[in-house]
Amino acid sequence: MNKKDSYNNNYNTNWKNRWFIVIVTLAFLFFPFIVKSNYIIDVAFFFGVYTLLGLSLNVVLGEVGLFDLGHMGFAAIGAYTTAILNTSFGIPVLLLLPVSAIAAAIFAYLVCSPIIHLRGDYLCIVTIGMGEIIRLTLINNPFGITGGPNGIFGICFPSVGNLFVIDSCIKYYYYIWIVVGLSVIALINLQNSRIGRAWNCIREDVIAAEATGIDVRHYKLLAFILGAALAGVGGSVYATKLMVVSPESFIFMESCLLFCIVLIGGMGSIPGIFIGAAAISLFPEIFRPFAQYRMLIFGVAMVLMMMFRPGGVWPRQRGKLQTESMLIKAGKSEI
Amino acid sequence: MKGKILEKENNIDRFTDEVVLKTDKLTKRFGGLVAVDQIDLTVKKGKISSIIGPNGAGKTTVFNVITGIYQPDGGQYFFKGEKISGLKPHQILTKGIARTFQNIRLFQNMTCLENVMSGQHARSQSGVWPSIFRFPFQTREERKIQEVAEGRLEQVGLGPYKYELAKNIAYGNQRLLEIARALASNPDLLILDEPSSGLNDKESEDLMNFLNEIIKKDLTILLIEHDMNVVMGISDWVTVMDEGKKIAEGKPEEVYSNPVVIEAYLGKEEEEDM
Amino acid sequence: MKLIIEQLLNGLTIGSFYALIALGYSMVYGVMKLINFAHGDLFTLGSFVGYTLLVMGTAYVTSIFGIWGGMIAAMLVAAIIIGSMGLIVERLAYRPIYPAGRLPAVVSALGVSIIIQNSIMVIWGARPQAYTSDVIPNYMLNIAGLRINILQIIILLLSFLFMGILYYIIQKTTFGAAIRACALDRETAALMGININLIIFFIFALGPALGGTAGVMVGMYYRKITFIMGWNYGLKAFTATILGGIGNIPGAMLGGLILGMLEMLGSVYISTAYKDVFVFLILILVLIFRPTGILGEKVAEKV
Repeated sequence: MNKKDSYNNNYNTNWKNRWFIVIVTLAFLFFPFIVKSNYIIDVAFFFGVYTLLGLSLNVVLGEVGLFDLGHMGFAAIGAYTTAILNTSFGIPVLLLLPVSAIAAAIFAYLVCSPIIHLRGDYLCIVTIGMGEIIRLTLINNPFGITGGPNGIFGICFPSVGNLFVIDSCIKYYYYIWIVVGLSVIALINLQNSRIGRAWNCIREDVIAAEATGIDVRHYKLLAFILGAALAGVGGSVYATKLMVVSPESFIFMESCLLFCIVLIGGMGSIPGIFIGAAAISLFPEIFRPFAQYRMLIFGVAMVLMMMFRPGGVWPRQRGKLQTESMLIKAGKSEI
Repeated sequence: MKGKILEKENNIDRFTDEVVLKTDKLTKRFGGLVAVDQIDLTVKKGKISSIIGPNGAGKTTVFNVITGIYQPDGGQYFFKGEKISGLKPHQILTKGIARTFQNIRLFQNMTCLENVMSGQHARSQSGVWPSIFRFPFQTREERKIQEVAEGRLEQVGLGPYKYELAKNIAYGNQRLLEIARALASNPDLLILDEPSSGLNDKESEDLMNFLNEIIKKDLTILLIEHDMNVVMGISDWVTVMDEGKKIAEGKPEEVYSNPVVIEAYLGKEEEEDM
Repeated sequence: MKLIIEQLLNGLTIGSFYALIALGYSMVYGVMKLINFAHGDLFTLGSFVGYTLLVMGTAYVTSIFGIWGGMIAAMLVAAIIIGSMGLIVERLAYRPIYPAGRLPAVVSALGVSIIIQNSIMVIWGARPQAYTSDVIPNYMLNIAGLRINILQIIILLLSFLFMGILYYIIQKTTFGAAIRACALDRETAALMGININLIIFFIFALGPALGGTAGVMVGMYYRKITFIMGWNYGLKAFTATILGGIGNIPGAMLGGLILGMLEMLGSVYISTAYKDVFVFLILILVLIFRPTGILGEKVAEKV
């Protein structure tokens, strides 16, 4: 086998099942036209938001193995950046998308630098604390900019001047899913690069990674920064859909849900994130008739899930892709 | 047994007296215990040097300090004349020192190829944006990383296991995989911590022949070993440690028959008779 | 001066709640290396159990035993029920998952937390419930010019009693030494002949039992209980655990008390609104500058 062939083989690990990807992409594209109900399209929108947030946490938790239970805090930073800058200064929402990402990224850099060296469980607790600090600070309306417990309302529609305005359910649907699509491409490229490899090495064995020449501190921080940026984007899109942001949306429970999305799907597995996000966002819908018992059933499902499929529903496939790997593999956790 | 190991070749390259690694009164304490006590070590270029000694002598601790995993409590150490005391492990690797571990530390859930490719991490530069957008520079670099890694895998004989997960291959092969990963960074000094531990005689012999082979390519090797055949068979220079101190050093034959060394391992002559 | 002492007492009271809950976290984390997220909710369950017994069953309990008897009965019942719950949770939701690794265990713990919390909501309703005043001892004492509620004194006394007993067990008995050994190195302890199952029984029964008792006390002290209060208390209690040194049981007690005092100071001198932020900031600072906690020890990893 000549060298180029072998290289492409390795790279194509994730792209190999092209047909599957094509079909899924088409399904997403035509979904709103098949389904007429705005309600369902809205559900699909939030499915998209959770997918994006799940992907953002995946960078930190799935790829590097850092326990981050405060990730919604970054989404909150993104959401509030968009809300504040839009309602106070009238800056167009679409422009604020990258701004929110950068704001969250800078925040992550400042806040995570001193704590990045902490061991797994301690980092977990600190991230919980961070998330809570962010939420509590938002509630308390420092300098009068965050609107307190009621939050900020009146966020504009995303638009390009007067030409193109995103103001309907369908348009929002495509908005989020295009963002998700682009993110997925970027993340897969990262997975297949030395950056992604470095991250996975850190997850597998920190000491060996360091001894192999990987600057562990730098890459951990990088993961947080990228994960925060992506979460910031998710927060921004979420804010423009709701047109209101309030601290209620960013409680600890939401961070837990993100955590579960990554775990349920399979750490580091991008298709798995989709499944996890679907489970998290569709689950409450399916069980709506049982309103009171919804979360209860959800909790039971979590425990059972860990009992029988700790590796996740769709664990990450590595190496030469064989046909069997398309099927769901029974999982002993790969941690 | 000694005769089974191939005779070393007298290679022109190995006549040099250049010092590659030097420690100067290196000391490391853990609480009240002095694990490494003012060790002076000298490793010459192109040679295979060994550190031996009973369990708990502090050999691995010396490695851990030199490779930056522990900070020294006293003394300094130099690589190719440059002071490297206190550098972090990834910086030490960049300088040209690669290592393996006593308890194999592979990236278990990654493929053999990916494990070895990680060795090339420090020798490549592509950052986040080039990786996301797959700039031509980055794709070329990726290809090169893969080529180097495949080359090293072939070199240790693990070519067929390219896409196997590291945790799934045999123990002996895992040791070789770790060495391949270390070699992938093209080091000047290769530090091996008990490379033949867990290997049977045949595997040890193959490993030793392999080490003899790669030494020709401008590489220096420093190893910790318990297996005397290995030590005597391929070492050019042996340093003996006991309880944190250096108690003897010299050519293998000299050390082998040194009563101080024998005593450290076996206890005094009279005690044996009891 | 008077105010300071009163604040001190308040801080100590809050601190003892945190300490009692923190003990449960510390014991479980120390031995099993598992953050038992469900612990905070078990504590909440305890307060609701007490509520049921006292308020809903007022006719039976308080009339027979009187207010003090009622309180003791409530704490006893809560301790027994919550202790049993702790064992059940361990057996059903944690034990099968240990082999799968730390991360699935964390998720499972979160799942159990959600289950307990929502069960409370289903059973007792989403609205806050209240310990009515007829079941709570309410008697102001006048000591040296200070007006102190007797409830506070009793709570402090009981808490310190429990902590003292536990301290004695952990530090002075062989069994306690076994627990400490497990917290340092579980596998070796098992190899040395320590009965791990007994230890697990102890920590998963006693920890939650103490938490349940604390739940009743919190119900009596604050009067209002909600089904979601477990998370806030749990998080702070875990902060206390870290503050004192993880896996260190006297440390958890100390951490809890100190945290209570700090929270009190924070709410008085900084602002009530930001008092929780203050607490979490402390957590983060401790972890950055003294990750082993006040009483903790560094454990080196063999490379």
